[in-house]
Amino acid sequence: MIGFNVRSTWAIYTRELMRALRTAFQSILAPVLTTSLYFIVFGAAIGERMPDLGGVGYGAFIVPGLLLLTLLSESTSNASFGIYMPRFTGTIYELLSAPVGVAETLVGFVGAAATKSLILASIILLTATLFVDYSIAHPVLAIGYIMLVAASFSLFGFILGVWADSFEKLGIIPQLFLLPLTFLGGTFYSIDMLPKPWDTIALFNPIVYLVSGLRWTFYGTSDVNIWVSFGMTIGFLILCVGIIAYIFKTGWRLRD
Amino acid sequence: MEPILEIDGLTKIYAGGLKALDDVQLTIKRGEIFALLGPNGAGKTTLIGAVCGLVRTNGGTIKAFGQDLTKNWRSARAKIGLVPQELATDMFEEVGRFVAYSRGLFGLPSDPARIEEILRSLSLWDKRKEQIRALSGGMKRRVLIAKALAHEPDLLFLDEPTAGVDVELRRDMWKLIGAMRERGVTIILTTHYIEEAEEMADRVGVIRQGKILMVDDKAAMMARLGRTEAVISLVRPIAELPSSFADYPITLSDDGTELCYRGGDGSGKGKADVAAITKALTLAGIDYDGIDVHESSLEDIFVDLVEHSEGETA
Ligand SMILES: Nc1ncnc2c1ncn2[C@@H]1O[C@H](COP(=O)(O)OP(=O)(O)OP(=O)(O)O)[C@@H](O)[C@H]1O
Ligand SMILES: [Mg+2]
Repeated sequence: MIGFNVRSTWAIYTRELMRALRTAFQSILAPVLTTSLYFIVFGAAIGERMPDLGGVGYGAFIVPGLLLLTLLSESTSNASFGIYMPRFTGTIYELLSAPVGVAETLVGFVGAAATKSLILASIILLTATLFVDYSIAHPVLAIGYIMLVAASFSLFGFILGVWADSFEKLGIIPQLFLLPLTFLGGTFYSIDMLPKPWDTIALFNPIVYLVSGLRWTFYGTSDVNIWVSFGMTIGFLILCVGIIAYIFKTGWRLRD
Repeated sequence: MEPILEIDGLTKIYAGGLKALDDVQLTIKRGEIFALLGPNGAGKTTLIGAVCGLVRTNGGTIKAFGQDLTKNWRSARAKIGLVPQELATDMFEEVGRFVAYSRGLFGLPSDPARIEEILRSLSLWDKRKEQIRALSGGMKRRVLIAKALAHEPDLLFLDEPTAGVDVELRRDMWKLIGAMRERGVTIILTTHYIEEAEEMADRVGVIRQGKILMVDDKAAMMARLGRTEAVISLVRPIAELPSSFADYPITLSDDGTELCYRGGDGSGKGKADVAAITKALTLAGIDYDGIDVHESSLEDIFVDLVEHSEGETA
């Protein structure tokens, strides 16, 4: 039977957002503090002595990358905790016995996680104005791209939260993969600054495309063609949705 | 009566290879209270999970409200409520909000008056602003019941609703279940307290090792398997039973001091027999100074059934 339960979705979405509000202070303060430190050290202090990259001052150059760094880790952890906690406490029974399918669950959980990321992104961009001068060339595209990334990595986090069977596993993926890939993905440099063959190897790092794409919406220049970046992000999103649809169809890790 | 739930050939094998449900056949009538009895690990929770979408099954069909559950799961689940055996709650959530959430999750528009009514009926209204972690175990169970009632289900599963609950709350719970039956809610409950099934259920099913051993009307089951046992102590030993007692299932003890009656059918016939026997004893001039009468309960029947089947399958 096909259907979409709007009320159920709304219930999940608002509850997840409320859950975040309970810890609003920590969940916003911590990432803002971290990014501020980056801006102070790399943007203001070191950035002063760096040459412009592609016509953009170094401080401004790292804004999209740092934004992405926070977006990825926050979207992933928000969504993964959102679905892991009910599994851990056992309250998932209610979700599984409710008249909701994959669509409601995704829009509810992932939508809430993505919303939180977007709020955070706005706060970080505002904070950045305190430390560096920057402007956004394509604001609408930038917002769209940020939303796309937030949604994709919330989906990824959801998969992580369904897969994990311990708090350690929940924390290890972001630490072990996301953080290094983001650092190596051109957050603080342009990949054509890399010596051969590392500039080619870097192209196997999916985060390169995300950083490059977001940077293009900010400054109109990028390492990789914007459409390639865009395509890669959409592809990642579709892959995640596919995996989640499969999880729900088989009940993997959700139903005994 | 039109069935509300029809389970046919249901089988569940867990990942480890354990067969938790073995070709289960069960039909639940609309409006009844059905008690599912069985020892630990019998498969009660698994059976409930299979209907509620928590457990993947390996075979068989489930029809709810007359339609196949795999096809009409969305509309069926909206009308099914579940109170799980385990106390699973969100510790930091407020009681009132947690209950209201359930209503929304099941697709109903918010209705504060209805939520208030439910909370009051479970004596939770005063606690509505408290965090769940501040509640006692019995209170938490009530919160789970409130959540299950929030979407006004037609079919309600109560998996050991009175486990770890004090006597008073248990009585309250029985009252509440009675009130729900009045509203036409069909209730399937599991319990280890046989008195609970005896008190409330219309029908009783016994499950063991994933197999349904028997399903019957409680009254019919008691009538069929129930017994009255009476021991009458005589003041002076007698050598043999007077012939007037030949019609009754009575035996005389070896030393001639005790008459033992074992008969009846759980419908009151046994007690009437015992009364008639004492009268006949008086008429025959046989003096007695003690009568000990014991009606077998659902519990005796249950223990008999489970032990008996144990011998069979072992
Ligand atoms: N997730 C699971 N994985 C593997 N085996 C399981 C799982 N859940 C239950 N079982 C097994 O299936 C059998 C039936 O369990 P179930 O929980 O349905 O019993 P029950 O009748 O509800 O028992 P109780 O009265 O103790 O609640 C048991 O042997 C149990 O160990
Ligand atoms: Mg159980």
